[in-house]
Amino acid sequence: MAGIRVEHLHKAFADFVAVRDSSFAVHDGEFFCLLGPSGCGKTTTLRMIAGLELPSSGHILLGGEDVTFKRASQRDIAFVFQLFALYPHMNVRSNIAFPLRSQGMLARDVVARVEEAARVLRIEHLLDRPVSGLSSGDRQRVALGRAIVREPMAFLLDEPLGALDAEFREVMCGELRALHDRLKATTVYVTHDQLEAMAMADKIALMNHGVVEQLGTPQDIYDRPASLFVADFIGSPPMNFLPFRGRVAAGDRVVRVDSVDIALPELREGSADTELVLGVRPEHIELVDDAPLRAEVVDTEYLGTTQIVTLNMATGARMKARIPADVPVRPGERAGVNFRPGLLSLFDKGSGRALRTALHDGGAHG
Amino acid sequence: MAELVIDGVTKRFGATVAVENLTLTVGDGEFLVLLGPTGAGKTTALRLVAGLERPDTGRVRLAGRDVTLDPPAARDTTFVFQQYSLYPHLTVYDNLAFPLRSPAHREPEARIRARIEEIAGLLHIEDKLANRATQLSGGQMQRVAIGRALVRRPSIYLMDEPLSSLDAKLRAELRVELKRIQRELGATILYVTHDQTEAMTMATHIGVLDHGRLVQIGSPRAIYTDPVNTYVATRLGSPAINLVPRRLYPDIAAPAEAATIGVRTEHVRIRKSANGGAGRVRWIEHLGDQNHLHVTIEDTEVVTLCDRNATLAVGDAVDFELTAPLFFGANGERVRVN
Repeated sequence: MAGIRVEHLHKAFADFVAVRDSSFAVHDGEFFCLLGPSGCGKTTTLRMIAGLELPSSGHILLGGEDVTFKRASQRDIAFVFQLFALYPHMNVRSNIAFPLRSQGMLARDVVARVEEAARVLRIEHLLDRPVSGLSSGDRQRVALGRAIVREPMAFLLDEPLGALDAEFREVMCGELRALHDRLKATTVYVTHDQLEAMAMADKIALMNHGVVEQLGTPQDIYDRPASLFVADFIGSPPMNFLPFRGRVAAGDRVVRVDSVDIALPELREGSADTELVLGVRPEHIELVDDAPLRAEVVDTEYLGTTQIVTLNMATGARMKARIPADVPVRPGERAGVNFRPGLLSLFDKGSGRALRTALHDGGAHG
Repeated sequence: MAELVIDGVTKRFGATVAVENLTLTVGDGEFLVLLGPTGAGKTTALRLVAGLERPDTGRVRLAGRDVTLDPPAARDTTFVFQQYSLYPHLTVYDNLAFPLRSPAHREPEARIRARIEEIAGLLHIEDKLANRATQLSGGQMQRVAIGRALVRRPSIYLMDEPLSSLDAKLRAELRVELKRIQRELGATILYVTHDQTEAMTMATHIGVLDHGRLVQIGSPRAIYTDPVNTYVATRLGSPAINLVPRRLYPDIAAPAEAATIGVRTEHVRIRKSANGGAGRVRWIEHLGDQNHLHVTIEDTEVVTLCDRNATLAVGDAVDFELTAPLFFGANGERVRVN
């Protein structure tokens, strides 16, 4: 196993720039997610790491060695695709053994390696079954088996759960992370599903329009989104945005929204008089009778431990709050809204960038 | 809209019993969600109502009429499938108009237009009516598929996981919209899913299925707070309910038959322990909006939500205080405290 470095990677298809000057490092043994909406460049980035596309410029290092212009077959990497391409005429054992046989490995060693891979994936009982009769979850396990049996330096996975139905996707999410914990293999995982990324990744690179918008741990990206795009993409329900006009200065601890003072982490930079956006996560909203910010309850969604309350603010903005399920709330009610100040974000609407606050002190930056 | 009654329906496929003696009523204007994992029989139940399967025994009544032996077209139902199947060569408008223009339901074009505009407004696709179906995003296509069902006014809408092919954000959006539309139209809906969030947030009533049998039916709150057995208890709640052996809590008052204690996040208060403690923090999982605290007690792991301001760290010894947990017998059935 080894780390991967991507340096100033750039890829253009004619006029279209798929990946723009991207740099990041995947450490040895790390589970790294490339996350973003379709068309953001995440799959192109993965295919360049695999050697299935050549970059327009930039470098890719695998275990310290520059592999930028090496062929895919010369890079010690295993790739798992969204659609598990298994050989339908072979049984599970032969499918998993295939990459080893084509390397010319001794039959005795192949048997041992295949059985070890099957044990790790918990599909030993399926080894002699034809692949045609398997469930989609088991097929994807076989496809993973064919990748891990080679013991490569790194695994690249391109939406490997995308073709599974929703129920299996959740199960396989847990399994993949548990597998990673057993193998400690360097893994780059591409997905558009933020819940998958949050649940599995050690580190996330969130891409948008070919650019890495933010790089960090899931918690980092969630608590300190670097831009409006990141804040909206991560979280379910996503971060609420309250737009307002104002001027702020470094050292400020309150902003004035709709003539109400709202406390937030101390600002480390200021702005001119401009359009700003206050970012509030749903779980940082409290409903209290006497708060000056007023809202009307539009809808409540009961989730057992918590409930999600949709609010129409007096300003016209719509917000979602996550509050304990035992707080009685009814559609049509009027309520006061309070924001817990500790983790609020402030954005410049024009550029979309977050303003630095005390939250960014000492922590990892995006 | 009207009442659906399923009365003692059984359906076998060879040796497999897909639906076993199912009896339930979907009241007029009710949103009933059948919840269960793959193979629980939920889709078969829906197909029996639609007339796509015929029951071995039992009756299906719709609006007071016995439809058990009627073909699908003679039943007044519409079906929304998991995968949207739109006509790619038609515009959104023509896709929506299609069920109204069929020979069986011929209607004047002016009525059709009025109906489509109303439904398109509800689904927020009124500006897409002239688009080809293929020019839409996945979420828009599924809205059109749902809209194609809604333009008709059948006795009941049957929906088979219509949101599961969408990404998380769209799913959350359409959940709220579907519930709103159901309320505004006063529609009767039978909806099947394996997704507990969909069931909890949209249903007026949830029916929990296990191997073809209806185990419990009730409001989302009743099913969540008052499950009849461990199977139902584990279907709802995130993080899932912890089922821990009775012997781990020798000190709490429990009925004699209790073998298992069901502990949800809201049933437990965890504090850092000064002297040894009952358990140890193994891992804190940061999922953004929720932090899952994994605590080991002897050989059992308990997972609860923890306040992100809690000062707990991995390795800390902790004490538990249980408040009104649920008790289950050795057979998994609920044991109630009198």
